[in-house]
Amino acid sequence: MRGGKSAKWVVGAIVVALSATACGGGSDSDDSASKEKGKPAGYISMDNGEPQKPLIPADTNESVGANVIRSLFTQLLTFDKDGGIVYTNAESVTTKDSKTWTVKLKPGWKFHDGTPVTAETYVKAWNWYSNVDNKMQNSFWFSDIDGYSEVHPDKGAAKAETMKGLKVVDDNTFTIDLTAPVPYFEYKLGYYTFAPLPEVFYKDPKAFGQAPVGNGPYIFQKWDHKKLIQVKANPDYTGPDKAKNKGILFKNYATVEAAYQDLLSGNLDLVKQVGPKDLPKYKQDLGDRVIDEPWAGIQSIVPVFYSKTFKGINPKVIQGLSMGIDRKTITEKVLNGTRNPATSFTPPGVAGHQNLNTDVFTFDPAKAKKLVADNGGVPGNKIWIQYNADGGHKEWVTAVCESIRNATGVDCVPDAKPDFQTDLEARDAKQVKSMYRGGWVADYPVNVNFMKELFATGAEANTGFFSDKEVDADFKKGDNATSLDDSIKAYQEAEKVLLEKMPSIPLWEYKTNGGYSKAVDNVAIDFHGDYVLTDVTVK
Amino acid sequence: MGRYVARRLLQMIPVFIGATLLVFCMMYALPGDPVRALAGEQAVDPAQIAAMKKDLGLDLPLWHQYWNYLTGLLHGDFGTQIASGQPVADIIADAFPITARLTFFAFAFTTVVGISMGIFAGMKADSARDRVLLMVTLLLISVPSFVLGFLGQYFFAFQLGWVQPNVSGEANWNELFLPAVVLGSLSLAYVARLTRTSIAENLRADYMRTATAKGLPRRRIIGVHLLRNSMIPVVTYLGTDIGALMGGAVVTEGIFNVKGVGWSVFGALKQREGATVVGIVTLIVVVYLVASLLVDLLYAVLDPRIRYA
Amino acid sequence: MPETLKDTETTKDGTAAVPGPTAATMAASTKPEKARSLWSDAWHDLRRNPLFVASAILITILVVMAAFPQLFTGADPRYADLANHYLQKPNWSHVFKEDWFGYDVQGRSIYARVIHGARNSILVALVVTALVTVIGTATGMIAGYFGGLIDTLLSRVTDIFFAVPFTLGAMVVLTSFEERSVWVVILALAFLGWTQIARVARGSVLTIKQADYVMAAKALGASTSRILLRHILPNAIAPVIVVATISLGGYIGSEATLSFLGIGLAEPAVSWGVDISSGQEQLRNAAFVLIIPSIMVSITVLAFIMLGDAVRNALDPKLR
Repeated sequence: MRGGKSAKWVVGAIVVALSATACGGGSDSDDSASKEKGKPAGYISMDNGEPQKPLIPADTNESVGANVIRSLFTQLLTFDKDGGIVYTNAESVTTKDSKTWTVKLKPGWKFHDGTPVTAETYVKAWNWYSNVDNKMQNSFWFSDIDGYSEVHPDKGAAKAETMKGLKVVDDNTFTIDLTAPVPYFEYKLGYYTFAPLPEVFYKDPKAFGQAPVGNGPYIFQKWDHKKLIQVKANPDYTGPDKAKNKGILFKNYATVEAAYQDLLSGNLDLVKQVGPKDLPKYKQDLGDRVIDEPWAGIQSIVPVFYSKTFKGINPKVIQGLSMGIDRKTITEKVLNGTRNPATSFTPPGVAGHQNLNTDVFTFDPAKAKKLVADNGGVPGNKIWIQYNADGGHKEWVTAVCESIRNATGVDCVPDAKPDFQTDLEARDAKQVKSMYRGGWVADYPVNVNFMKELFATGAEANTGFFSDKEVDADFKKGDNATSLDDSIKAYQEAEKVLLEKMPSIPLWEYKTNGGYSKAVDNVAIDFHGDYVLTDVTVK
Repeated sequence: MGRYVARRLLQMIPVFIGATLLVFCMMYALPGDPVRALAGEQAVDPAQIAAMKKDLGLDLPLWHQYWNYLTGLLHGDFGTQIASGQPVADIIADAFPITARLTFFAFAFTTVVGISMGIFAGMKADSARDRVLLMVTLLLISVPSFVLGFLGQYFFAFQLGWVQPNVSGEANWNELFLPAVVLGSLSLAYVARLTRTSIAENLRADYMRTATAKGLPRRRIIGVHLLRNSMIPVVTYLGTDIGALMGGAVVTEGIFNVKGVGWSVFGALKQREGATVVGIVTLIVVVYLVASLLVDLLYAVLDPRIRYA
Repeated sequence: MPETLKDTETTKDGTAAVPGPTAATMAASTKPEKARSLWSDAWHDLRRNPLFVASAILITILVVMAAFPQLFTGADPRYADLANHYLQKPNWSHVFKEDWFGYDVQGRSIYARVIHGARNSILVALVVTALVTVIGTATGMIAGYFGGLIDTLLSRVTDIFFAVPFTLGAMVVLTSFEERSVWVVILALAFLGWTQIARVARGSVLTIKQADYVMAAKALGASTSRILLRHILPNAIAPVIVVATISLGGYIGSEATLSFLGIGLAEPAVSWGVDISSGQEQLRNAAFVLIIPSIMVSITVLAFIMLGDAVRNALDPKLR
């Protein structure tokens, strides 16, 4: 759920904004009941969109479906606002060697259909998710587990039904054997893909995807396609994240502006992201009902190292380009304060985020020009930044380009691909001209996630094809560490090396710029930038 | 008459097949793999993608895919969306009535207001009011519909508060008023001008003089003789306009958040949902073909000289 | 009488559906010299038509703007000074100065951008119109002149392209190109736009080919190409020119619409449509960013539509 997410948010940027000076709600503030049509009392509503795929935890990797999945399912653990682990369905998750992990479940949990949540329901679900024949989007998340290569071979059908690394000990205990130690494996378990499935799922997965039965804080009610999804609070839920409201309406809007308009007029409680057209005024419109907070996501421009431009380039040149970008002015003006300038390769809110004490991310046109010129310059004196035109990136890519062009004299051209699909295809096919727009959102709040998966040689999301022995060796050190702390520290060291190698130019950190209606309270976001829906109360 | 209709219906078949094939080929040629894109920026597993494509029949050669599509269509199956697994027919069933309503509204507006304006001006060609009409229609034709949409939204929804700026999921009639006016304005201008020209021309026709000489009451001359003859080119235009209005709804629906076929097709195009795009375009093509057939039949009613063998 | 019926069949524009062939028939029914006088007649009319004079002046300015933007402004339309000029309001008294129309969200001079933006719009309109006129006339003439199987085939192909909704079709075609230069936009518009002219040309040829002088030329053993080019084309071209002139303005609107939808031209191309597309986000905040390029598009379309009107009036005496 990475770039897709950021893309999704701003997709509405095509259409028109409305200027409404009218303030929704009106004078009778004691009338706390929302006047929203079709919303049962005690429910909250938010703009969400239409999930791309059926609602199966391991098949959903975009934020719209994720919001619904997370309300319906509870996995072993989750994270607090600072990225700390909070056990939900698990009593404990322990390991001695980072290779074998023991999971103890809280007893007495039930799925919404009344069947018990057991170790077996977890193991069976994980096996099913991983099986290549079931074509789950998120199957690779299970690839650390011993036996994954049997159920999900590189080619052809599955050779086994179950992974040998998963063993049920008793009703509430199971163990996970990994192929190699992964000190931060526990963090991965916080992803909803690791949720269990009830027996009813296996009878008809297709029907289940339309009306899922979970074990989470909310119970599925209905999915009116392209319009709304309704869930109600689960009264028997015993987890720490029990719903404080009676239910949620996930509504689908064609544009972010339309959703915002409904927020102003009291027809919607939560808006995930205020559209660019309303950003300049939303603080005036909403007063203290504004959410303006950073979370663990980072946007960057990524040089591709197979391109004519960057093949064998001196990293100092890339540092120069980085210094030619006026992050402060661009985030304030073009991006309307929706981003914070980046200061390292990791965003705040993830374990191991550090201050790199460098000026590489600070605008300094003179030094930028000198660094580029003194270190051989850019071949052809021209760079392209590839981006998808359907994601609302046009303005800032243009601004970054102009900033680089004005500061360093290197010509910079925005290279628009019509949509995300075409953008991805060009990356996969190694056809990026010189740089592409990268967006990375934390899968789990550890600095590892922002380095290993992006910059290790051959890593899954390393589409810049950066490869450096020293960096790989440093990553290896982190992976072999015996404790999570040591692993994080090793990766912090690796990050300092990255600064010298410049596998990407971090630009800014994501922020959530949303708002809520007068009918609700206690609105906060998690490290992912998503609302903590269970905590929202109705006035 | 019956034979003529049968012949025309037969002629529609190659046009229908050709148009779907054309759109099908264009979609096939698009870069960007919808199955691959589902994975976003995360890992891509070629084996898994290949398996998914096989399930969807996307690994077959173009002709085979088209054949499957066409045979499916004959059984009333519009195909399935790649990402959601929803039948395309369901998506069309949701979106089409909304666009149909919007189009109908725009069409009615165009017809009633356009023809009235045209008659009003045409009766006194080259008078001041004729000139004013000419300028108004020129302006309507010149301002692109998205600009008109912005302006309408800005003034009527925000400044005056007469209408809602966005159309809700139900797309009620009153909400569709402004979008329909914006959508219909270009056609309105054409209809008004056509009517005006046709009326002005027919006023000078011999049969008008004959009718007047015969001492027919003026009401009858205008109502029956003049209008009936003047409407022929207008009807021609209106017939083809229904299809164009539906196609043009992409812009209007986007601006006003109307969840009709234009909105659906725009989204589907970006997500490379080939079946959805082809299905919707096919439907618009059918509407267009049927409308032009109806227009030709209407000729016979309006112009007794035309007889279809 | 289905044959003639087909000829009266509809065009999307409607305006052209009515008069087309009549003017040509009138000219055709007399000697070729007379045809020339249709043109000189038309020219005579045009010069006296205030609509034509106004549109001609406007179009001349626009074309000069497109060809030599430097004559109007020295400012670089791409130069962005975000720190100092972000959304700076227009300074209406600074006529022809860089800050006349204010600055956009990138801190670029809107005046410079609308001047430089003319090139793409005008280029699209002219080249697309030229292309569709050539393709459409050729198809229509061949279909109309040879008749029979060729006609049936070409007419069906025309029907197919005509049946596909224009904006939607152009969207699909454009999506299939990764690099969207102005030429790609031109290609997409021409690919779908030629049908109307083909129909008009075919209808016009159908009537002309029965004319005495065509028969005479045939009897004298003139080659087919000679008949087509020397005798039919000059007499069939009038209605085609009418439709072509009118559609000029339409293509400017189409380019703007597609760029507005985000599938036409894209940065760093300077185009009104692109600027409107980015400007819409500022509707609440700084409406001039949106409105100024919108006005430019409207004025340009208006100029071409007025030209089309005037040309039609001149070439089609029936309308007077």
